[in-house]
Amino acid sequence: LGLKMLSAQNFGESGKMKEYHYAGPTEHRFSPYAFNGGTVLAVAGEDFAIVASDTRLSEGYSIHSRDSPKCYKLTDTTVLGCSGFHGDCLTLTKIIDARLKMYKHSNNKTMTSGAIAAMLSTILYSRRFFPYYVYNIIGGLDEQGKGAVYSFDPVGSYQRDTYKAGGSASAMLQPLLDNQIGFKNMEGVEHVPLTKDKAVQLVKDVFVSAAERDVYTGDALRICIVTKEGIEEQNIPLRKD
Amino acid sequence: MRQGVVYINTNFSSVSGFDAERDSMRTCLLSPLPSLPFVSSQPVPLPFPMAHGTTTLAFVFQGGVLAAADTRSSCSGLVACPASQKILPIHSHLVGTTSGTSADCALWKRILSRELRLYQLRNGRRLSTSGAAKLLSHMLHPFKGTELCVAATLCGWDDHTSLSGPSLFYVCSDGSRLQGTLFSVGSGSPYAYSILDQGVQWGLTVAEATSIAREAVYRATHRDAYSGNCVDVYHVTSQGWTRRTREDLKEEYYREKESRRQTHEAEKKML
Repeated sequence: LGLKMLSAQNFGESGKMKEYHYAGPTEHRFSPYAFNGGTVLAVAGEDFAIVASDTRLSEGYSIHSRDSPKCYKLTDTTVLGCSGFHGDCLTLTKIIDARLKMYKHSNNKTMTSGAIAAMLSTILYSRRFFPYYVYNIIGGLDEQGKGAVYSFDPVGSYQRDTYKAGGSASAMLQPLLDNQIGFKNMEGVEHVPLTKDKAVQLVKDVFVSAAERDVYTGDALRICIVTKEGIEEQNIPLRKD
Repeated sequence: MRQGVVYINTNFSSVSGFDAERDSMRTCLLSPLPSLPFVSSQPVPLPFPMAHGTTTLAFVFQGGVLAAADTRSSCSGLVACPASQKILPIHSHLVGTTSGTSADCALWKRILSRELRLYQLRNGRRLSTSGAAKLLSHMLHPFKGTELCVAATLCGWDDHTSLSGPSLFYVCSDGSRLQGTLFSVGSGSPYAYSILDQGVQWGLTVAEATSIAREAVYRATHRDAYSGNCVDVYHVTSQGWTRRTREDLKEEYYREKESRRQTHEAEKKML
Protein backbone atom coordinates (compact mmCIF):
# COMPACT_ATOMS: atom_id res chain seq x y z
CA LEU A 1 0.00 0.00 0.00
CA GLY A 2 3.06 2.21 0.39
CA LEU A 3 3.16 4.06 -2.93
CA LYS A 4 -0.37 3.67 -4.25
CA MET A 5 -2.84 6.53 -4.25
CA LEU A 6 -4.42 5.59 -0.95
CA SER A 7 -1.22 5.56 1.07
CA ALA A 8 -0.96 7.02 4.55
CA GLN A 9 1.07 9.95 3.17
CA ASN A 10 -1.94 11.33 1.33
CA PHE A 11 -3.75 11.79 4.58
CA GLY A 12 -3.05 14.66 6.89
CA GLU A 13 -4.33 15.03 10.38
CA SER A 14 -7.34 12.90 11.39
CA GLY A 15 -7.40 10.99 8.13
CA LYS A 16 -8.86 13.72 5.93
CA MET A 17 -7.53 13.76 2.36
CA LYS A 18 -4.88 16.42 1.67
CA GLU A 19 -5.07 18.84 -1.26
CA TYR A 20 -4.37 16.90 -4.44
CA HIS A 21 -2.66 19.49 -6.67
CA TYR A 22 0.95 19.90 -7.76
CA ALA A 23 2.86 21.92 -5.16
CA GLY A 24 6.41 21.15 -6.10
CA PRO A 25 8.52 18.12 -5.13
CA THR A 26 7.26 16.45 -1.98
CA GLU A 27 9.06 14.11 0.32
CA HIS A 28 7.34 10.88 1.23
CA ARG A 29 8.40 9.43 4.51
CA PHE A 30 7.14 6.39 6.29
CA SER A 31 4.64 7.47 8.93
CA PRO A 32 4.40 5.17 11.91
CA TYR A 33 0.84 6.37 12.54
CA ALA A 34 -2.44 5.63 10.79
CA PHE A 35 -5.88 6.93 11.53
CA ASN A 36 -8.47 4.20 12.03
CA GLY A 37 -11.46 6.39 12.87
CA GLY A 38 -14.15 5.74 15.41
CA THR A 39 -15.93 7.79 18.05
CA VAL A 40 -16.10 7.20 21.79
CA LEU A 41 -18.41 8.82 24.30
CA ALA A 42 -18.79 8.61 28.06
CA VAL A 43 -21.43 10.04 30.42
CA ALA A 44 -21.41 9.96 34.23
CA GLY A 45 -24.61 9.97 36.25
CA GLU A 46 -25.43 9.90 39.93
CA ASP A 47 -24.85 6.16 40.35
CA PHE A 48 -24.02 4.95 36.85
CA ALA A 49 -21.62 5.58 34.01
CA ILE A 50 -22.06 4.90 30.31
CA VAL A 51 -19.24 4.31 27.82
CA ALA A 52 -20.29 3.97 24.18
CA SER A 53 -18.41 3.60 20.94
CA ASP A 54 -19.16 2.80 17.34
CA THR A 55 -17.71 -0.40 15.91
CA ARG A 56 -16.31 0.67 12.54
CA LEU A 57 -12.60 0.23 11.85
CA SER A 58 -11.57 2.20 8.78
CA GLU A 59 -8.41 3.40 7.07
CA GLY A 60 -8.66 6.02 4.35
CA TYR A 61 -11.50 5.00 2.05
CA SER A 62 -11.64 1.36 3.21
CA ILE A 63 -13.47 -0.27 6.06
CA HIS A 64 -11.38 -2.99 7.68
CA SER A 65 -14.11 -4.22 10.00
CA ARG A 66 -17.68 -3.46 10.96
CA ASP A 67 -17.39 -5.20 14.30
CA SER A 68 -14.46 -3.66 16.12
CA PRO A 69 -15.80 -2.01 19.28
CA LYS A 70 -13.62 0.47 21.06
CA CYS A 71 -14.82 -0.14 24.62
CA TYR A 72 -12.52 -2.28 26.74
CA LYS A 73 -13.60 -3.61 30.10
CA LEU A 74 -10.80 -3.03 32.61
CA THR A 75 -12.39 -3.95 35.96
CA ASP A 76 -15.95 -4.58 37.21
CA THR A 77 -16.39 -0.87 37.72
CA THR A 78 -14.31 0.67 34.93
CA VAL A 79 -14.52 0.69 31.14
CA LEU A 80 -11.97 2.33 28.82
CA GLY A 81 -12.87 3.70 25.41
CA CYS A 82 -10.01 4.37 23.02
CA SER A 83 -10.05 5.60 19.43
CA GLY A 84 -7.41 6.80 17.04
CA PHE A 85 -4.71 4.47 15.78
CA HIS A 86 -5.86 0.89 16.36
CA GLY A 87 -2.32 -0.50 16.75
CA ASP A 88 -1.63 1.85 19.65
CA CYS A 89 -5.08 1.12 21.16
CA LEU A 90 -4.28 -2.61 21.26
CA THR A 91 -0.83 -2.14 22.78
CA LEU A 92 -2.08 0.38 25.30
CA THR A 93 -4.87 -1.90 26.52
CA LYS A 94 -2.38 -4.77 26.83
CA ILE A 95 -0.09 -2.62 28.95
CA ILE A 96 -2.99 -1.43 31.12
CA ASP A 97 -4.17 -5.00 31.68
CA ALA A 98 -0.65 -6.02 32.72
CA ARG A 99 -0.35 -3.09 35.12
CA LEU A 100 -3.79 -3.86 36.61
CA LYS A 101 -2.69 -7.43 37.29
CA MET A 102 0.60 -6.24 38.82
CA TYR A 103 -1.27 -3.88 41.11
CA LYS A 104 -3.69 -6.63 42.12
CA HIS A 105 -0.84 -8.97 42.96
CA SER A 106 1.15 -6.35 44.90
CA ASN A 107 -1.71 -4.70 46.77
CA ASN A 108 -4.39 -7.39 46.94
CA LYS A 109 -7.10 -5.07 45.71
CA THR A 110 -8.54 -3.92 42.40
CA MET A 111 -7.54 -0.52 41.10
CA THR A 112 -10.15 2.22 41.50
CA SER A 113 -11.23 4.35 38.52
CA GLY A 114 -9.29 7.37 39.79
CA ALA A 115 -6.13 5.31 40.24
CA ILE A 116 -6.46 3.84 36.75
CA ALA A 117 -6.82 7.35 35.34
CA ALA A 118 -3.67 8.57 37.11
CA MET A 119 -1.76 5.49 35.98
CA LEU A 120 -2.89 5.91 32.37
CA SER A 121 -1.66 9.50 32.47
CA THR A 122 1.85 8.38 33.42
CA ILE A 123 1.82 5.55 30.86
CA LEU A 124 0.89 7.99 28.08
CA TYR A 125 3.48 10.53 29.22
CA SER A 126 6.27 7.96 29.28
CA ARG A 127 5.93 8.11 25.49
CA ARG A 128 5.98 11.91 25.36
CA PHE A 129 8.32 12.04 22.35
CA PHE A 130 6.72 9.26 20.31
CA PRO A 131 3.16 9.35 21.59
CA TYR A 132 0.42 6.78 21.52
CA TYR A 133 -2.00 8.18 18.96
CA VAL A 134 -5.02 7.30 21.07
CA TYR A 135 -7.83 9.43 22.46
CA ASN A 136 -8.86 7.77 25.71
CA ILE A 137 -11.94 8.19 27.84
CA ILE A 138 -12.44 6.20 31.04
CA GLY A 139 -15.93 5.72 32.46
CA GLY A 140 -16.71 4.03 35.73
CA LEU A 141 -17.76 4.35 39.35
CA ASP A 142 -15.60 6.04 41.95
CA GLU A 143 -15.07 4.81 45.53
CA GLN A 144 -18.34 6.44 46.64
CA GLY A 145 -20.31 4.69 43.90
CA LYS A 146 -20.88 7.86 41.89
CA GLY A 147 -20.33 7.94 38.13
CA ALA A 148 -16.94 9.24 36.98
CA VAL A 149 -15.60 10.08 33.54
CA TYR A 150 -11.92 10.85 32.92
CA SER A 151 -10.86 12.21 29.53
CA PHE A 152 -7.30 12.21 28.21
CA ASP A 153 -5.29 13.78 25.45
CA PRO A 154 -2.75 11.62 23.58
CA VAL A 155 0.15 12.62 25.86
CA GLY A 156 -1.47 12.14 29.23
CA SER A 157 -3.16 15.38 30.29
CA TYR A 158 -6.42 14.37 31.99
CA GLN A 159 -9.24 15.54 34.15
CA ARG A 160 -12.51 14.35 35.56
CA ASP A 161 -15.66 15.36 33.65
CA THR A 162 -19.37 14.63 33.66
CA TYR A 163 -19.45 13.82 29.94
CA LYS A 164 -16.97 13.75 27.07
CA ALA A 165 -16.83 12.73 23.44
CA GLY A 166 -13.60 11.68 21.76
CA GLY A 167 -12.52 10.46 18.36
CA SER A 168 -13.39 11.48 14.81
CA ALA A 169 -16.87 12.91 15.52
CA SER A 170 -15.97 14.50 18.85
CA ALA A 171 -16.21 18.07 17.51
CA MET A 172 -19.79 17.38 16.43
CA LEU A 173 -20.93 15.52 19.54
CA GLN A 174 -19.33 17.59 22.29
CA PRO A 175 -21.46 20.73 21.67
CA LEU A 176 -24.60 18.57 21.61
CA LEU A 177 -23.68 17.02 24.95
CA ASP A 178 -22.82 20.47 26.38
CA ASN A 179 -26.34 21.53 25.54
CA GLN A 180 -28.32 18.43 26.50
CA ILE A 181 -26.44 17.26 29.59
CA GLY A 182 -24.69 20.44 30.72
CA PHE A 183 -27.63 22.72 29.82
CA LYS A 184 -25.11 25.18 28.41
CA ASN A 185 -26.01 28.03 26.07
CA MET A 186 -29.65 27.97 27.04
CA GLU A 187 -31.58 30.48 29.12
CA GLY A 188 -34.29 29.74 31.70
CA VAL A 189 -34.11 25.94 31.58
CA GLU A 190 -34.73 23.67 34.55
CA HIS A 191 -31.68 21.54 35.32
CA VAL A 192 -33.17 18.07 35.78
CA PRO A 193 -30.73 15.39 36.91
CA LEU A 194 -29.95 12.76 34.29
CA THR A 195 -31.57 9.34 34.75
CA LYS A 196 -29.98 6.18 33.36
CA ASP A 197 -32.72 5.52 30.79
CA LYS A 198 -32.65 9.10 29.52
CA ALA A 199 -28.88 8.97 29.29
CA VAL A 200 -28.93 5.73 27.26
CA GLN A 201 -31.54 7.17 24.89
CA LEU A 202 -29.50 10.35 24.50
CA VAL A 203 -26.37 8.35 23.69
CA LYS A 204 -28.22 6.39 21.01
CA ASP A 205 -29.64 9.57 19.44
CA VAL A 206 -26.26 11.27 19.53
CA PHE A 207 -24.52 8.39 17.75
CA VAL A 208 -27.22 8.22 15.11
CA SER A 209 -26.49 11.91 14.40
CA ALA A 210 -22.76 11.24 14.32
CA ALA A 211 -23.20 8.39 11.84
CA GLU A 212 -25.17 10.73 9.55
CA ARG A 213 -22.46 13.34 9.28
CA ASP A 214 -19.13 11.65 10.01
CA VAL A 215 -17.87 9.13 7.47
CA TYR A 216 -15.67 7.32 9.97
CA THR A 217 -18.54 6.59 12.38
CA GLY A 218 -21.23 3.99 11.73
CA ASP A 219 -22.04 0.27 11.40
CA ALA A 220 -23.05 -0.43 15.00
CA LEU A 221 -23.04 1.09 18.45
CA ARG A 222 -21.75 -0.71 21.53
CA ILE A 223 -22.97 0.74 24.83
CA CYS A 224 -21.49 -0.38 28.19
CA ILE A 225 -23.57 0.68 31.20
CA VAL A 226 -21.60 0.51 34.46
CA THR A 227 -23.61 0.27 37.69
CA LYS A 228 -22.90 -1.31 41.02
CA GLU A 229 -24.63 -4.44 39.73
CA GLY A 230 -22.03 -4.81 37.02
CA ILE A 231 -21.50 -3.92 33.38
CA GLU A 232 -24.40 -4.32 30.94
CA GLU A 233 -23.71 -4.26 27.19
CA GLN A 234 -26.08 -3.29 24.40
CA ASN A 235 -25.54 -3.41 20.64
CA ILE A 236 -27.55 -1.13 18.36
CA PRO A 237 -27.20 -1.07 14.57
CA LEU A 238 -26.21 2.20 12.86
CA ARG A 239 -26.08 3.08 9.20
CA LYS A 240 -23.59 1.03 7.26
CA ASP A 241 -22.85 3.42 4.38
CA MET B 1 18.61 1.48 42.25
CA ARG B 2 17.06 -0.91 39.76
CA GLN B 3 14.17 -3.03 40.84
CA GLY B 4 12.96 -6.33 39.47
CA VAL B 5 10.65 -6.56 36.47
CA VAL B 6 7.75 -7.69 38.63
CA TYR B 7 7.44 -4.49 40.66
CA ILE B 8 6.41 -1.13 39.32
CA ASN B 9 9.39 1.19 39.69
CA THR B 10 7.94 4.34 41.26
CA ASN B 11 10.86 5.02 43.58
CA PHE B 12 13.26 7.46 41.95
CA SER B 13 15.74 8.66 44.51
CA SER B 14 17.85 10.43 41.89
CA VAL B 15 15.82 12.46 39.43
CA SER B 16 18.58 12.60 36.85
CA GLY B 17 18.85 8.81 36.59
CA PHE B 18 16.55 8.31 33.61
CA ASP B 19 15.94 4.78 32.50
CA ALA B 20 17.80 4.56 29.22
CA GLU B 21 15.80 1.54 28.04
CA ARG B 22 14.81 1.84 24.40
CA ASP B 23 12.11 -0.79 24.60
CA SER B 24 8.93 1.20 25.20
CA MET B 25 6.97 -1.69 26.70
CA ARG B 26 9.49 -2.24 29.44
CA THR B 27 9.75 1.51 29.90
CA CYS B 28 6.02 1.70 30.59
CA LEU B 29 6.23 -1.15 33.05
CA LEU B 30 9.35 0.09 34.82
CA SER B 31 9.91 3.84 34.74
CA PRO B 32 7.24 6.51 34.86
CA LEU B 33 9.67 9.28 33.85
CA PRO B 34 10.01 9.96 30.12
CA SER B 35 13.29 8.71 28.69
CA LEU B 36 15.22 10.86 26.24
CA PRO B 37 13.78 10.89 22.69
CA PHE B 38 14.03 7.62 20.75
CA VAL B 39 14.83 9.19 17.39
CA SER B 40 17.62 11.65 17.94
CA SER B 41 17.98 13.12 14.44
CA GLN B 42 14.47 13.37 13.01
CA PRO B 43 11.50 13.64 15.34
CA VAL B 44 8.37 11.72 14.43
CA PRO B 45 5.81 14.03 12.82
CA LEU B 46 2.73 14.06 15.03
CA PRO B 47 -0.70 13.58 13.50
CA PHE B 48 -2.43 15.65 16.19
CA PRO B 49 -1.92 19.09 17.76
CA MET B 50 -1.09 19.65 21.42
CA ALA B 51 -3.10 21.83 23.81
CA HIS B 52 -1.72 25.42 24.06
CA GLY B 53 -2.83 28.99 24.62
CA THR B 54 -3.69 30.62 27.91
CA THR B 55 -3.62 33.64 30.21
CA THR B 56 -2.05 33.20 33.63
CA LEU B 57 -0.73 35.82 35.99
CA ALA B 58 0.74 36.11 39.47
CA PHE B 59 1.93 38.98 41.65
CA VAL B 60 3.24 39.65 45.13
CA PHE B 61 1.72 42.20 47.52
CA GLN B 62 1.49 42.89 51.22
CA GLY B 63 -1.18 40.19 51.73
CA GLY B 64 0.81 37.36 50.10
CA VAL B 65 0.85 36.10 46.52
CA LEU B 66 -2.12 36.14 44.19
CA ALA B 67 -2.32 33.82 41.20
CA ALA B 68 -5.07 33.92 38.57
CA ALA B 69 -5.68 32.05 35.32
CA ASP B 70 -8.37 31.40 32.73
CA THR B 71 -9.74 27.89 32.19
CA ARG B 72 -9.75 27.35 28.44
CA SER B 73 -7.63 24.53 27.04
CA SER B 74 -7.43 24.86 23.25
CA CYS B 75 -6.08 22.52 20.61
CA SER B 76 -5.39 24.35 17.33
CA GLY B 77 -8.78 25.96 16.94
CA LEU B 78 -10.92 23.60 18.98
CA VAL B 79 -11.64 24.12 22.65
CA ALA B 80 -10.53 20.80 24.07
CA CYS B 81 -11.74 21.67 27.55
CA PRO B 82 -13.59 24.77 28.77
CA ALA B 83 -13.05 23.96 32.43
CA SER B 84 -9.45 22.94 32.81
CA GLN B 85 -7.37 23.71 35.87
CA LYS B 86 -4.31 25.83 35.16
CA ILE B 87 -3.32 26.63 38.73
CA LEU B 88 -2.13 23.47 40.46
CA PRO B 89 -1.39 23.30 44.17
CA ILE B 90 1.98 21.71 44.79
CA HIS B 91 1.93 21.68 48.56
CA SER B 92 0.17 23.58 51.33
CA HIS B 93 2.17 26.79 50.80
CA LEU B 94 3.04 26.60 47.11
CA VAL B 95 0.92 26.81 43.99
CA GLY B 96 2.08 26.84 40.40
CA THR B 97 0.42 28.37 37.36
CA THR B 98 0.84 26.38 34.16
CA SER B 99 1.20 27.48 30.56
CA GLY B 100 2.36 25.62 27.47
CA THR B 101 1.42 22.02 26.78
CA SER B 102 -1.06 20.93 29.47
CA ALA B 103 0.21 17.35 29.67
CA ASP B 104 3.80 18.55 30.21
CA CYS B 105 2.73 21.01 32.90
CA ALA B 106 0.49 18.53 34.75
CA LEU B 107 3.06 15.72 34.78
CA TRP B 108 6.07 17.89 35.68
CA LYS B 109 4.13 19.56 38.48
CA ARG B 110 3.32 16.10 39.77
CA ILE B 111 6.99 15.12 39.66
CA LEU B 112 7.90 18.38 41.43
CA SER B 113 5.34 17.73 44.21
CA ARG B 114 6.84 14.30 44.75
CA GLU B 115 10.41 15.63 44.94
CA LEU B 116 9.40 18.43 47.32
CA ARG B 117 7.63 15.97 49.58
CA LEU B 118 10.71 13.73 49.62
CA TYR B 119 12.86 16.76 50.48
CA GLN B 120 10.50 17.64 53.31
CA LEU B 121 10.62 14.10 54.71
CA ARG B 122 14.40 13.88 54.48
CA ASN B 123 15.22 17.33 55.82
CA GLY B 124 12.38 18.09 58.21
CA ARG B 125 11.47 21.39 56.56
CA ARG B 126 9.82 22.60 53.35
CA LEU B 127 12.03 23.65 50.50
CA SER B 128 11.86 27.38 49.74
CA THR B 129 10.13 28.66 46.60
CA SER B 130 13.54 29.58 45.21
CA GLY B 131 14.76 26.04 45.80
CA ALA B 132 11.63 24.54 44.24
CA ALA B 133 12.08 26.75 41.17
CA LYS B 134 15.72 25.69 40.87
CA LEU B 135 14.75 22.03 41.22
CA LEU B 136 12.13 22.33 38.47
CA SER B 137 14.52 24.22 36.22
CA HIS B 138 17.23 21.57 36.64
CA MET B 139 14.75 18.73 36.04
CA LEU B 140 13.64 20.33 32.77
CA HIS B 141 17.15 21.09 31.56
CA PRO B 142 17.90 17.65 29.98
CA PHE B 143 14.86 18.20 27.75
CA LYS B 144 16.02 21.54 26.37
CA GLY B 145 15.79 21.46 22.60
CA THR B 146 12.96 18.93 22.55
CA GLU B 147 9.35 19.91 22.06
CA LEU B 148 8.61 19.97 25.78
CA CYS B 149 6.92 23.26 26.62
CA VAL B 150 6.41 24.31 30.24
CA ALA B 151 6.16 27.96 31.37
CA ALA B 152 5.20 28.04 35.02
CA THR B 153 5.20 30.59 37.81
CA LEU B 154 5.73 29.20 41.29
CA CYS B 155 3.96 31.26 43.96
CA GLY B 156 4.74 30.41 47.52
CA TRP B 157 5.17 31.58 51.05
CA ASP B 158 8.49 30.80 52.78
CA ASP B 159 8.50 31.01 56.54
CA HIS B 160 11.63 29.36 57.75
CA THR B 161 14.49 31.06 55.94
CA SER B 162 15.91 34.42 56.93
CA LEU B 163 13.95 36.05 54.10
CA SER B 164 10.47 34.83 54.96
CA GLY B 165 7.39 36.07 53.20
CA PRO B 166 5.77 35.81 49.77
CA SER B 167 7.91 34.70 46.86
CA LEU B 168 7.35 34.41 43.10
CA PHE B 169 9.49 32.68 40.47
CA TYR B 170 9.06 32.15 36.75
CA VAL B 171 10.45 28.87 35.34
CA CYS B 172 10.48 28.02 31.66
CA SER B 173 11.48 24.86 29.81
CA ASP B 174 13.98 26.81 27.71
CA GLY B 175 16.01 27.27 30.87
CA SER B 176 14.90 30.63 32.34
CA ARG B 177 14.45 30.97 36.07
CA LEU B 178 13.56 34.48 37.19
CA GLN B 179 12.49 35.97 40.49
CA GLY B 180 10.01 38.82 40.33
CA THR B 181 7.02 40.58 41.82
CA LEU B 182 4.70 40.40 38.80
CA PHE B 183 4.51 37.87 35.98
CA SER B 184 1.97 37.08 33.30
CA VAL B 185 2.43 34.11 30.97
CA GLY B 186 0.65 32.93 27.86
CA SER B 187 -0.96 34.17 24.67
CA GLY B 188 -3.18 36.61 26.61
CA SER B 189 -0.36 38.01 28.74
CA PRO B 190 0.10 41.33 26.85
CA TYR B 191 -3.51 42.23 27.61
CA ALA B 192 -3.16 41.15 31.23
CA TYR B 193 0.08 43.14 31.65
CA SER B 194 -1.66 46.35 30.59
CA ILE B 195 -4.20 46.03 33.42
CA LEU B 196 -1.69 44.82 36.00
CA ASP B 197 0.98 47.46 35.30
CA GLN B 198 -1.64 50.10 35.90
CA GLY B 199 -2.92 48.84 39.24
CA VAL B 200 -0.56 46.47 41.06
CA GLN B 201 1.40 47.89 43.98
CA TRP B 202 2.64 46.52 47.27
CA GLY B 203 0.00 48.18 49.50
CA LEU B 204 -3.14 46.65 47.96
CA THR B 205 -5.76 45.00 50.14
CA VAL B 206 -6.76 41.42 49.40
CA ALA B 207 -10.07 42.53 47.91
CA GLU B 208 -8.40 45.11 45.64
CA ALA B 209 -5.75 42.65 44.51
CA THR B 210 -8.37 39.99 43.72
CA SER B 211 -10.36 42.51 41.77
CA ILE B 212 -7.35 43.58 39.67
CA ALA B 213 -6.33 40.00 38.96
CA ARG B 214 -9.84 39.09 37.91
CA GLU B 215 -10.12 42.18 35.72
CA ALA B 216 -6.81 41.42 34.02
CA VAL B 217 -7.89 37.87 33.14
CA TYR B 218 -11.30 39.14 32.02
CA ARG B 219 -9.79 41.70 29.61
CA ALA B 220 -7.31 39.16 28.28
CA THR B 221 -10.03 36.56 27.66
CA HIS B 222 -12.10 39.19 25.87
CA ARG B 223 -9.35 39.96 23.33
CA ASP B 224 -7.36 36.73 23.10
CA ALA B 225 -9.07 33.95 21.19
CA TYR B 226 -7.16 31.20 22.97
CA SER B 227 -8.19 32.34 26.47
CA GLY B 228 -11.69 32.26 27.81
CA ASN B 229 -14.45 30.65 29.82
CA CYS B 230 -13.86 31.06 33.58
CA VAL B 231 -11.29 32.57 35.94
CA ASP B 232 -9.61 30.86 38.88
CA VAL B 233 -7.98 32.90 41.64
CA TYR B 234 -5.67 31.45 44.29
CA HIS B 235 -4.28 33.39 47.25
CA VAL B 236 -1.18 32.20 49.13
CA THR B 237 -0.53 33.48 52.65
CA SER B 238 1.42 32.32 55.67
CA GLN B 239 -1.53 30.03 56.52
CA GLY B 240 -1.41 28.30 53.13
CA TRP B 241 -3.30 28.68 49.88
CA THR B 242 -7.01 29.40 49.50
CA ARG B 243 -9.05 29.21 46.34
CA ARG B 244 -11.77 31.59 45.30
CA THR B 245 -14.85 29.99 43.67
CA ARG B 246 -14.45 29.68 39.93
CA GLU B 247 -16.32 32.47 38.17
CA ASP B 248 -17.82 32.33 34.69
CA LEU B 249 -16.73 35.44 32.78
CA LYS B 250 -19.72 35.34 30.47
CA GLU B 251 -21.82 36.77 33.34
CA GLU B 252 -19.29 39.56 33.87
CA TYR B 253 -19.41 40.46 30.19
CA TYR B 254 -23.21 40.77 30.23
CA ARG B 255 -23.16 42.71 33.53
CA GLU B 256 -20.71 45.20 32.07
CA LYS B 257 -22.67 45.47 28.84
CA GLU B 258 -25.85 46.12 30.84
CA SER B 259 -24.24 48.80 33.03
CA ARG B 260 -22.76 50.49 29.93
CA ARG B 261 -26.16 50.49 28.32
CA GLN B 262 -27.69 52.04 31.41
CA THR B 263 -25.08 54.82 31.64
CA HIS B 264 -25.57 55.47 27.93
CA GLU B 265 -29.34 55.81 28.46
CA ALA B 266 -28.78 58.11 31.45
CA GLU B 267 -26.42 60.31 29.39
CA LYS B 268 -28.90 60.51 26.52
CA LYS B 269 -31.61 61.63 28.95
CA MET B 270 -29.42 64.37 30.36
CA LEU B 271 -28.81 65.87 26.92
